[in-house]
Amino acid sequence: MVDVLERPTEHLGGDDHGHDAGHGHGEHHGPSGLLNWLTSTDHKIIGMNYTVTSVAMLIIGGLFALVIRGQLTTPGGTLVSLAQYNELFTMHGSVMIYLFAGPFAFGGLANYMVPIQIGAPDMAYPRLNALSYWLYLTGSLTMLTGFFVAGGAADFGWVGYAPLSNAVNTPGAGADLWIGALLLTGFSAIFTGVNLVATIFYLRAPGMTMFRMPIFTWNMLVTGILILLAFPVLTAGLVMLYADRHFGTMIYSPKGGGSPVLWQHIFWFWGHPEVYILALPFFGMITEIIPVFSRKPLFGYKGMVFATITIAALSVGVWAHHMFTTGVVLLPFFSFMTYLISIPSGIKFFNWIGSMWGGQIVYSTAMLMSIGFLITFLIGGITGIILASPPLDFFLHDTYFVVAHFHSVVMALVLGGMAGLYYWCPKITGRFFNERIGKLQFWLLFLGSNLFIMPLYLVGLHGMPRRMAVYVINPSWQNMNRLSSIGAAVIALSFVAFVVNVIVMLKSPKTAGPNPWDAHTLEWFTTSPPPHHNFYALPAIKSERPTWDYFHPDAPALGHEDHDPTHVPGHTTKVEVPA
Amino acid sequence: MDSPTTHLADDPVSPKTSGGAKRLGIVAAALASLLLAGCQVPSFGANKGVTTQSHKVYSLWQGFMVIGLIVGGFTLLLIIYAALAYRKRSDAIPRQTQYNTKVEIIYTVIPTIIVGFLFYFTIHIESPETAVVTHPYATVNVAAFQWGWRFAYPGTQVTVIGQTTANPELVIPVGKTVRINLTSDDVVHGFYVKQFNFSRYAQPGVLNQFDFNVTTPGEWQSQCTQLCGLYHSLMYFRVKAVMPSVYQQCLTSSNSGPKLQRGPNFVSCVNEAEPSSLTAASDRTSNLTFGKGTNG
Ligand code: HEM
Ligand SMILES: [Cu+2]
Ligand SMILES: [Cu+2]
Repeated sequence: MVDVLERPTEHLGGDDHGHDAGHGHGEHHGPSGLLNWLTSTDHKIIGMNYTVTSVAMLIIGGLFALVIRGQLTTPGGTLVSLAQYNELFTMHGSVMIYLFAGPFAFGGLANYMVPIQIGAPDMAYPRLNALSYWLYLTGSLTMLTGFFVAGGAADFGWVGYAPLSNAVNTPGAGADLWIGALLLTGFSAIFTGVNLVATIFYLRAPGMTMFRMPIFTWNMLVTGILILLAFPVLTAGLVMLYADRHFGTMIYSPKGGGSPVLWQHIFWFWGHPEVYILALPFFGMITEIIPVFSRKPLFGYKGMVFATITIAALSVGVWAHHMFTTGVVLLPFFSFMTYLISIPSGIKFFNWIGSMWGGQIVYSTAMLMSIGFLITFLIGGITGIILASPPLDFFLHDTYFVVAHFHSVVMALVLGGMAGLYYWCPKITGRFFNERIGKLQFWLLFLGSNLFIMPLYLVGLHGMPRRMAVYVINPSWQNMNRLSSIGAAVIALSFVAFVVNVIVMLKSPKTAGPNPWDAHTLEWFTTSPPPHHNFYALPAIKSERPTWDYFHPDAPALGHEDHDPTHVPGHTTKVEVPA
Repeated sequence: MDSPTTHLADDPVSPKTSGGAKRLGIVAAALASLLLAGCQVPSFGANKGVTTQSHKVYSLWQGFMVIGLIVGGFTLLLIIYAALAYRKRSDAIPRQTQYNTKVEIIYTVIPTIIVGFLFYFTIHIESPETAVVTHPYATVNVAAFQWGWRFAYPGTQVTVIGQTTANPELVIPVGKTVRINLTSDDVVHGFYVKQFNFSRYAQPGVLNQFDFNVTTPGEWQSQCTQLCGLYHSLMYFRVKAVMPSVYQQCLTSSNSGPKLQRGPNFVSCVNEAEPSSLTAASDRTSNLTFGKGTNG
């Protein structure tokens, strides 16, 4: 057992790993170096592997996007062929969704932070966790291998609609590699889901009740449950797709009595929960960050927990809003469910605003990225509400308006992910990112994203369909496409700034100390980086922000509104963002 | 047009409304009237379109944009205000407010009411848009295939077929109810006419039916919107709305007057007297060079 500390004076200070009580059980005796990295079952090492791999995938997917945007700067672009264009947007979408956004969130930062946030030494099933990562890496390489086989990579869009994805319409190994990759990464996700749920239910430290869990951990619990509901359905659907392609079943083929629409149902029954599987972890990240840098508790913590649970429950009943134009789904039902789910999603904005309200907001890069998330995600949310109305979806479906809508959402996630990296980097490495480069990166990413997206809304309203290698029929779309491509170039610059900052960060000294942001949750109680098995000692857990309570012993505990919330006069602490 | 404005006015939010709820009702009624007074509201980048159905979708779009901009603008202002007004001024720890039940109830109830209105307007427009009449004036069987369109007019000999850059033309009468029976020979395609503010998938094994009423004669360039393979971006067609008399002549294909024509680049029902306003798509695509792709 680790010790429970009551007063700040007992706390281990600075870089000092040598807390007396920690000796012995804090040491890790095992292989070191490369072998350690390859064989490790430590959630922190696995989390870092996930983070590095998924950021690499983000960059690869982004490079595909740059080629796409290059092709579209002229109506009859000749940068790539029609066939290559179809491969590029398919692989862009697939890499971003399957290999970046999910693994980054629930494999990377969650893997690293969730056990520490609840005071656990590791994930519940460390070896299963390692298997998750290796399945993910294998799956990623499998998908990308598609470019090197005869016939090229998969080219039927990231949704792989039947019967375009059958063996007649898409022969070749690229499509099979795509299916194989999704099976591998799908199992990886399922195992991570099992691990998250088990860890959060069974490994919480004494005192860490469900309603004292950090909001990021809450989001990851709900994400884990959603993974377990959604991913097996996709896996089953993919097995049937593979059987259709190779074993002559006709599950998705009308010629054999099957139904192509069935694939759409299966795909979106996974696909809509997947939207929240992707979004909730990022919600969790910025919900940790905004209160910390506003120097306040999260406003409406319990309401937010219920909103998250409600979202998860409703998210399995909205899938057919992606199928409004099929003509075979009950429009009012799925529209109604989508409006319902927009309510808990929408009220989160007021939790975030309420947390800033009356605060002392420190403009760290992490905080700026979070504000950028709020604004960009707001635009995606409002346009999502428009698309939830079937008559408006008939009008906008499969145009660039939809591409713009979901990029408002996913670019917000990228901003949120960056916020998470800037926030947790000192914990993970003991080092700070450079804040000047960070702020430059923020402005490039935030302005670039919106410059890239806004023209796409307009060009979609003007009738430009998505997945068009050429638009010779309507050269008037060119100007807006060029603006959008400039925006994409600005995003690319922001990633140059990011890579530079990673290098600068890795060369900087380890000055972070355990709790540089005066933060709330347990990961900020232990050393930076945390020792093997995470803690030498734990504070008493009496509220949802044990670390804050520990460092502010004279501040009154969190209570309801009628509880006197005034703080002790003259009580101050400094949060310095290093320049 | 039957108007939800009157409906709202007859039915105030509740008999014993508080001041806030009453004000909300008034705002909502004002928004509803904005929704229907389409002409004064900006287009927000969309277009009225050329069918009676597209006009309604357009007003719905305007209403949603008005409400969306108000809600979004309000939230955006709150975000920016909070971020700027409460920037760090000292190291003092601010009040640790965590809950405020009144505020929490307000920000749950108001969004619920707003989406309630949005759903109501949605159903109000959707039901007539997706309804089909029993006896349409004209029926066209539309089949999509890789990579072209087939327009067959049941009860006549006329079938128009065009592939990729050839621009098959869907000829329909103005001012009448037109029924489309839509399906696909192979993969999923998207039947989309921008000026109709409408799209529907063409799917193998599924027959989709919908009606529309074009209000003005004209010719509109369209294309497939659902990814269907290699030549998806070149799968064009045109819609041509003509007076019912011309439409009838086209279908009977008499030797004089308008008749069905097949050119190298288009397949159409052409009235020689008024030549097409659109150039054939292939005039624009013919000088393109498409590099040889791996599986092209
Ligand atoms: C980094 C900047 C990004 C740029 C410049 C970009 C650009 C684009 C463009 C232009 C398209 C449309 C291609 C077409 O329809 O012809 C597209 C599609 C798509 N993007 Fe992105 N994107 C970016 C980031 C992301 C991210 C972060 C995600 C997800 C997390 C994402 C997910 C998708 C998906 C799912 C599609 C649809 C692919 C399909 O139609 O099958 N994108 N992107
Ligand atoms: Cu969805
Ligand atoms: Cu197509």
